[in-house]
Amino acid sequence: MSSLSATIQDVFNEPACGKNATKSASERKKGCTKQLQPGGAAGGCAFDGAKIALQPLTDVAHLVHGPIACEGNSWDNRGAKSSGPTLWRTGFTTDINETDIVFGGEKRLFKAIREIIEKYDPPAVFVYQTCIPAMTGDDINAVCKAAREKFGKPVIPINSPGFVGPKNLGNKLAGEALLDHVIGTEEPDETTPYDINIIGEYNLSGELWQVKPLLDELGIRILSCISGDGRYREVAYSHRARAAMMVCSKAMINVARKMEERYGIPFFEGSFYGIGDTSDSLRQIARLLVDRGAPSELLDRTEALIVREEARAWAAIAPLKPRFAGKKVLLITGGVKSWSVVAALQEAGLELVGTSVKKSTKEDKERIKELLGQDAHMIEDMTPREMYRLLKDARADIMLSGGRSQFVALKAAMPWLDINQERHHAYMGYVGMVTLMEQIARTLFNPVWEQVRRPAPWDDPANTWQARADAQLAAEAADPETVEQARRAGAVCTCKGVDLGTIEDAVRAHGLTSLDDVRRHTAAGTGCGACASRVEDVLAALPALAAE
Amino acid sequence: MATVTHVKKACTVNPLKMSQPIGAALAFMGLRGAMPLLHGSQGCTSFGLVLFVRHFKEAIPLQTTAMSEVATVLGGYDNVEQAILNIHKRTKPEIIGICSTGVTEIKGDDVEGYIRLVRERHAEVADLPLVHVSTPDFKDAFQDGWGKAVTRMVQELVAAPSADAARDPARVTILPGCHMTPGDLDELRTILEDFGLQPSFLPDLAGSLDGHIPEDFTPTTIGGIGVDEVAGLGVSSWAIAIGEQMRPAAEALRDRTGVPFRLFPRLCGLEATDAFIMFLSEISGRPVPLKYRRQRGQLVDAMLDGHFHIGGRKVAIGAEPDLLVHVGGMLHAMGAHITAAVTTTHSSVLAGVETDEVLIGDLEDLERRARERECDLLITHSHGRQAAARLGIPFFRMGLPLFDRLGAGHLVSVGYRGARDLIFSLSNLVMADTEQHHEATPDTWRVVDGDGAQSKGEAA
Repeated sequence: MSSLSATIQDVFNEPACGKNATKSASERKKGCTKQLQPGGAAGGCAFDGAKIALQPLTDVAHLVHGPIACEGNSWDNRGAKSSGPTLWRTGFTTDINETDIVFGGEKRLFKAIREIIEKYDPPAVFVYQTCIPAMTGDDINAVCKAAREKFGKPVIPINSPGFVGPKNLGNKLAGEALLDHVIGTEEPDETTPYDINIIGEYNLSGELWQVKPLLDELGIRILSCISGDGRYREVAYSHRARAAMMVCSKAMINVARKMEERYGIPFFEGSFYGIGDTSDSLRQIARLLVDRGAPSELLDRTEALIVREEARAWAAIAPLKPRFAGKKVLLITGGVKSWSVVAALQEAGLELVGTSVKKSTKEDKERIKELLGQDAHMIEDMTPREMYRLLKDARADIMLSGGRSQFVALKAAMPWLDINQERHHAYMGYVGMVTLMEQIARTLFNPVWEQVRRPAPWDDPANTWQARADAQLAAEAADPETVEQARRAGAVCTCKGVDLGTIEDAVRAHGLTSLDDVRRHTAAGTGCGACASRVEDVLAALPALAAE
Repeated sequence: MATVTHVKKACTVNPLKMSQPIGAALAFMGLRGAMPLLHGSQGCTSFGLVLFVRHFKEAIPLQTTAMSEVATVLGGYDNVEQAILNIHKRTKPEIIGICSTGVTEIKGDDVEGYIRLVRERHAEVADLPLVHVSTPDFKDAFQDGWGKAVTRMVQELVAAPSADAARDPARVTILPGCHMTPGDLDELRTILEDFGLQPSFLPDLAGSLDGHIPEDFTPTTIGGIGVDEVAGLGVSSWAIAIGEQMRPAAEALRDRTGVPFRLFPRLCGLEATDAFIMFLSEISGRPVPLKYRRQRGQLVDAMLDGHFHIGGRKVAIGAEPDLLVHVGGMLHAMGAHITAAVTTTHSSVLAGVETDEVLIGDLEDLERRARERECDLLITHSHGRQAAARLGIPFFRMGLPLFDRLGAGHLVSVGYRGARDLIFSLSNLVMADTEQHHEATPDTWRVVDGDGAQSKGEAA
C-alpha cells in the first residue's frame, strides 16, 4: 500500500488547484477532502469515484475485484451514454468468497481476466481494487502485469479501494492510473492542428452530443474525451492533442496538469453549462489551438458561430420570459457545474433567491458554492414542513437542487427540478440551456401542484401541516426573540456542530480577532476547514464587539 | 424436481445477486423511527442508498460508520461509538440497526462488545434499542441478510411473555420475506382484517416505504412497526412466515414466546392462496367472506383467459430463491415451462422448483440459457434489461431493484386479486410482443429449401 499512499499524497499536493495553493503545508497534507463523520456522512467512496470517472470508457471491460456489494449493488446505474460499444454496461466482478479471503484472491482475479478476454475480447481490461482484497493483500498490480504479459492486452490496475477516502479522491486516483498506464502508450493514425482533449466530462444523458456538433462545424476534433463516450485507444493516444479543456476541476485536474507537464498540452478550465460559459469555452478552445499553430481564421469562425448560436438560444428562451416574470428560483447545489446556469436563469427573467451571484468574482463564486453546498447537505435532514417554510421564507416558486433532496421537496408538494448528475435531461451547450428553461416552465406551470396541495375533503383546511407551518411562520416573524434565536442557531461548522451564536459569544467574551482564535475557543473550523470563510464573515461582522 | 448447481467460473458477469448487509438494512427500514447503520466504508452505504432510492423513489434512511483504512486495521470501536452518538443526537431514532460488512468482519470487530461498552459509557443511549446483525458481504445474498436481521430483531426486541400471559386469539404475527412488496403487505393486511384478525408485520415496509405523504417526516423511517409493538408479539396466537428465508425468524419467535407458526413457501396463484385463505378461516374460526369467494372466481376466470398466452411459454427467471419459488409455482400452474432458472444463494426450497435445474449464478448464465433454449419470456429485476434487449423477448420486471419503471412498491402478487392482476399483466405483455414482432406474414409458414424447417418468422 506504500505506493498507493504516496500516490494519494501526490494527488493532495496538486499545484494547479487554486484552493490548494492558499493552504499551509500541513493543511495540504491532510488532503482536500472533508473528514468523514461516522453516523453523519453521505456520499460515495474512492472506489465509487474511480468507477464514475472511468466507466464511461465504452469499449473497456471494467472488472471489480471484491465482494458482491461493490459491483452487485451498483452496476449499470449511471447515466452516461455510448455511441457504439455496450461492454462498459456489462457488470464484471470476482464476487470473492471466504475461500478467496483465506487463500488470497489473486488466482481468481487472473482467471476472471482470462474469462473476460476469451468471451468478450475487449481492447483493455480495467481492474478495480476494493477494500477487502486491499486488506488481505491481493497484489492487483502484479496480477495485471502477469495478465498483460500472458494475454498481450492492456490490463490496467485501478488502485482506489473505498476506504482510502471519498469519491473525489477516487476520481483523481483513476486519473493517476490513466497517466501511469494508458496515456501515451499508442499513436493516432493521424493528427490535425484542431485536436483537443476534453477531460472530466462523462457524457451524462448524452449531453456531450449537445456540443459536439458545434465543434464538428468548426472543424475541431475531440481526439479524446476522458471519459464520456470514450474508447480505450483514444485515451492511449490522447497525448497528441494540441490543447485540452478541463470540465470538472474537482475530478481530474491532475490529469490535465500532468499532461501539460509531460506532453506540453495547454489546458483551461471551462464549462458547457450556461450560454455565456459555452461561448467562453468555445473561444478558449479556439484561442489555445491558434496559439499552438492552428490558422487564426478559426477565431473568426468561432465568433460567428457564437453570435449565431447565442441569438438562436435567446430567441428560443424569449417566449418563456413573460411567463417567468416574477417567478423566483431557489438554487441549491453543491455541484460546480450548476453554477454556470445562473446567468441563463436570470436572462430568462427568473429571479434567483437565497443568493445573488451577479457580478461575482471567481472567488465569490467559490464561496457561494461552499455556502450553498452546506445548505444542500442540511436539506436532507429537513422535514417537509421545514422545506415548505424554506421555500416560503425565500418566497420561491421552484427549487433546483441535486437529487438527494428530491423526495423532501416533493413530499412538501413544492415544484422541484433535478440539476444533479442523476438527472434525465441533457442541459449542456446552447440547446441544453433552452431545454433547462423548458423543463422549468413545464414543472412550474404544471397544474398538479394545486391538486396535490389540496387537503383531503375530510381534513380541516385550517389544520393541515401547511396551514400550521404558515401560522408558525407568522408567529415567529412577529416575535423578534424567536427570529434572533433562529439566526443564532444557524450552523457555521457542521463537522463540529458549532452554531453562529456560540461563535459570536466566544468572539464577544474573549475579544477574538482571527480564525485561529475562533478555532481554539470553539473548535469551529477544525474539521474539514470548509467553513473558514464563514467564520471570517462572522469576525468581519463583529469588529466592534471584539474591540469592546 | 430440480437439481441445484453452482456455476463454475471465476468472473461473475452481470450480477443477479446483491449483498446481504443491504438486505438486512432494508429489513430495519420496516421498523418505525429506525436508522439502519452499515459498519463499513462509506461506499457500502452509499451504494445501498442509491439502490433503494432508485427502487422505491423515496428518501431512504441509511447511515455509515465511515471506516477509513486506518480505522479498519485498528478496529472500529471509535467509529461505532461516534456513529451511534451522532445518529442519536441528530435524528433521535427509536432504534438503530447495525449491519456489519466484509471489511469489519475480516478484521473481526466485536460489535456486540462495542455496543455493551457504548451503553456503559454513554447513559443517553443506555436504553436505546440497538440491534446488531452479522452480514459479511462475501457470504450469502440479499434475502439471507433480510432473514438474519429479522431473526435478530425477534431475539433482541420481542419480550418473553410472563408465565400467566394470555394469548390474544385475534393477534397474528406476519413475518414476510423480502420478496413481499409494500403492496403485498397491504393486501395481506386487508385479507387478515376481513377475517377479524389483527396482523402485526415484522418488518412492515408498507408503513415506511409505501410512498405515503407523512405529516412531518424525520431522517429516520416515517412508519413501520414500532419497537413497542414488536416487544408484544408474544401475545399473538399464530405467526405466519412467508418464504423459506423466514423460517429461522419464525423458529426464534416460537422458541422465545411459544407462538406456533405456519410457513408458506409461496403465496402466489390459486393453490397457494386457497391454502392461505383456509388457514385464516381455520385460525379465525370464521367462514371465508363472500368477497374472497368472488375474488377466487375472478382469479379462476383470469387463469382461463390467460392460459392461452402464458401456457406453453418458455420462461427464463432470475430471482432470489423465495421469489423464484413464489412466482415460479404460479407460472407452472398456468402451463408455462420454467426453462431457465437462475438464483443467488442456496435454499432448501430450490429443489422443489418445477424445472430440471436451478443454477446459482448470474444474468450472463440466464441470458445464455435463455438463448440456447429459445425462451420467449424473461422475468427478473431491472438489470435484466440489457439481456432482454439482446434476446429480443418480452421482459417482465420483478424483484429488487426495479429502477427503470415506476410502482415497484405496489406490484402485488399475493392473494386472489394479486395473482389475477399479475396474470393480466403477463398476458398483456406477451400479446403486445406478439403484435409487434410475431404477426403472421405470407412467408410465415413457407417451408424453407432443403431442411424442411419453417422460416424464422413463425407466429408465436
